[in-house]
Amino acid sequence: MPDQLLYAMEVTLNGLMAGVMYALVALGFVLIYKASGIFNYAQGVLALFAALTLVGIQQGQVPFAHVINAITGGHLESFGWQLPSILAIGLTAGVMVLLAIVIEKLVLKHLVGQAEIILFMATIGLAYFLEGFGDVMWGADIKTLDVGLPQGINETLESVTDGLFGYGFFVDNLDIVAALVAVALVTALTLFSQYSKQGRALRAVADDHQAALSVGISLRFIWVLVWSIAGIVALVAGIMWGSKSGVQFSLSLIALKALPVLMLGGFTSIPGAIVGGLIIGMGEKLFEFFLGPLIGGATENWFAYVLALVFLVFRPQGLFGERIIERV
Amino acid sequence: MKDMNEGWVTADGRKIGGVLMELRNITLKFGGVTAIKDISFDIRDGEIRAIIGPNGAGKSSMLNVISGFYVPTEGSVWFKGYQRGPMKPYQVAQLGIARTFQNIALFDGMSVLDNIMTGRLTLMKSGLFSQAFWWGGASREEEAHREKVEKIIDFLEIQNIRKTPVGRLPYGLKKRVELARALAAEPKILLLDEPMAGMNVEEKEDMCRFILDVNDEFGTTIVLIEHDMGVVMDLSDRVVVMDYGKKIGDGPPEEVRSNQAVIDAYLGVAHD
Repeated sequence: MPDQLLYAMEVTLNGLMAGVMYALVALGFVLIYKASGIFNYAQGVLALFAALTLVGIQQGQVPFAHVINAITGGHLESFGWQLPSILAIGLTAGVMVLLAIVIEKLVLKHLVGQAEIILFMATIGLAYFLEGFGDVMWGADIKTLDVGLPQGINETLESVTDGLFGYGFFVDNLDIVAALVAVALVTALTLFSQYSKQGRALRAVADDHQAALSVGISLRFIWVLVWSIAGIVALVAGIMWGSKSGVQFSLSLIALKALPVLMLGGFTSIPGAIVGGLIIGMGEKLFEFFLGPLIGGATENWFAYVLALVFLVFRPQGLFGERIIERV
Repeated sequence: MKDMNEGWVTADGRKIGGVLMELRNITLKFGGVTAIKDISFDIRDGEIRAIIGPNGAGKSSMLNVISGFYVPTEGSVWFKGYQRGPMKPYQVAQLGIARTFQNIALFDGMSVLDNIMTGRLTLMKSGLFSQAFWWGGASREEEAHREKVEKIIDFLEIQNIRKTPVGRLPYGLKKRVELARALAAEPKILLLDEPMAGMNVEEKEDMCRFILDVNDEFGTTIVLIEHDMGVVMDLSDRVVVMDYGKKIGDGPPEEVRSNQAVIDAYLGVAHD
């Protein structure tokens, strides 16, 4: 096979893997939008907050150490433990559930029945508050996250492709893990929403609030539930992105990568988030590969949006989104 | 003779029991508009109770007070002998009071079967975690509920549309699915907001038959709002008549029909 084609295949594969990472973030948006019609601007910050908390808990960082030290004049830094990854992840998941409860109690509860734009604004406020809160709680320095996920190039794939084509594909182990996790996550979420009592209640709330109330579903409970799930999805995204590029405040910007995915896949479809992510990831990598050199490169910053925009013009509801038909 | 405390047996042999729900001096205001003015009436166990009145009389508001969608400005709701505190609609539903809506509130994206299954949410016991992981009782419980739902589907003769997404159904069938979902909760009181509105004659006859059968077979107490006077007279045991938010009549259909205030309200006599 010609080298150029093999290289293109490798780029495609890497694009798909990157797409999975985008999809992980998009998934959180879809969950909340489906259940409550809220576009949760804070989803990216949730991922950041989850990653910060995970690092903090795992490495025994004292939360609010800076504030405590300023008040007491002490030098608290660390509890001096190093927790096993699985325990730290479990505890962080607990924190995300707690956060969901607090968000519902302090914010959402008071905005029931308000226009969607107001709820959207509330999530913007929430995003910046959480970013600052994360800063105060865990400090602003860049942290490395290591929960024991395999790093580096997958050697098996490299040697196998090398044997087959005489050209070894370079794919990150971490990306492969992310892909597997994404598949597991989507399967679990789909099964939960299709076959469980709470999943049915969740779909009911997504469909019609009034009808949901009339069959005895507590909207507030469902909101806590869905924000908890979105928080845990954010934790998964935070782990993957944090392991890849360190935990820093720019992590919250991964939300911007999820936007074109949502435009493409539709705001209401879980499979849409995955397929949208794959198309965006693959599209931007291939575009950069084939046309990037012609127009000076750095196309990855904007190509996803152009692709999504073109798509939007022809299919406003996205690939899998529900078509909105207004009866006249 | 009718014993007003202990209930009575109707002409067609159904037993009407004691007072199940009582509405005492209900007033409902929205800002400056008074939708309901000081209305009291009771609902007896096993009866079919109709609320009638011209458009804008406050009938739907009354139903919304009973189902917890509106909180009355004044007055109290008594259920099974206890005063009901201010409750959210979902809590009222958990008490065993199910309802349908005037303009149908179904889950359009879900199948008929799933829609009806949501009606049983309040009766499902297994918790979040066993549900999430499909532990132990969860799947057995689902089976049991499924069986009950299938019975209701048979009862309302909608077997052939079980898997159809509700959004695709014609209006008359949607109404029937909504009734099925309310029935699935095995309610003590079933509230029907204009169950026959917008139906053709045949559909109306079917719906009438279902309402009577539900009341007869399950002993469900039914409160319904209806415009069609003929339907109301045929179906109901007792009728409350509302006009401009006030109660202008209350009693058996034949008595209400001959009530001068009711005749005036329906024929549109000038109010002075």
